Amino acid sequence: MTSAGGGLTLLQTCALSLLVFTGASQFALVGALAAGGNPLTAAAGAFFLGVRNTFYGLRLSQLLALPRAVRPFAAQWVIDETTAVTLAQPTRRAARIGFTVTGLSLYLLWNLTTLLGALGAKAIGDTEAWGLDAAGPAVFLALLAPMLRTIIERAVAALAVLLGLGLLPVLPAGVPVLAAALAAPIALYVAGRRQTGTRNDAQEEDR
Amino acid sequence: MTVWIAIAATALGCYVVKLAGLLVPAGALERPLVRRLAALLPVALLAALTAQQTFADGHVLVLDARAAGLAAAAVALVLRAPFLLVVAAAVLVTAGVRALGG
Repeated sequence: MTSAGGGLTLLQTCALSLLVFTGASQFALVGALAAGGNPLTAAAGAFFLGVRNTFYGLRLSQLLALPRAVRPFAAQWVIDETTAVTLAQPTRRAARIGFTVTGLSLYLLWNLTTLLGALGAKAIGDTEAWGLDAAGPAVFLALLAPMLRTIIERAVAALAVLLGLGLLPVLPAGVPVLAAALAAPIALYVAGRRQTGTRNDAQEEDR
Repeated sequence: MTVWIAIAATALGCYVVKLAGLLVPAGALERPLVRRLAALLPVALLAALTAQQTFADGHVLVLDARAAGLAAAAVALVLRAPFLLVVAAAVLVTAGVRALGG
């Protein structure tokens, strides 16, 4: 975390990491505050980056089938990484284990590195020189690949990539990814129309 | 003090959106179309996120060493390489291309 550079105290930096636990939102908030932004405007930007977690929750609640009492506790771990791992699991049991292990280990690691970073410990050097910034997208790609089994899933992914990249230069941070979510309803709509189209054709031929 | 207000507002907002998805009643997700939509939304979000982490530098699209790394990961996936090898391929190729000045 670069919170220290953004003028946050050690306590504030760690509280942010523990309470928010959505990397993109944390960076956005720190960046906006460092730029001298109004605190509520800064929070609104961070909020936009967190909205995609709602869509993850919809799918995760189906896959994990958590008891109601557990959901408020599990909610804090509903993020990109836990979703990607959970979705890749073949059974409910594996999904629950995957979600819990990923959530717990990331929560501990993320907050520990935040603390160390805020204490001024020098990081392991330049992570970019080691190519480590490619590890994140590579992990997502590896987890996503087995999910792209049918035409419709591939179409959704391709359209989402186009929307996510195409809108990136023109919309505020966090919004392009949300807009890319539109790929799902668009693909379903097109698939639905094609299906009724072929059904109508079949009826025409019957006559 | 304003920093604490911003932190509190962000924490509350981000927690509420996380919880909201989990709290949607199972009954509301039973319709086949809604089920399919809920299954496809994470695919769309993660695909867009992967692309942005590979080609974005702030608000600018760039083609740098990361793209070569991800291409290597994709090749490893097509060759059915194990997970860690896929990630290692991306990291090594990215570092290699950077070392060569790409």
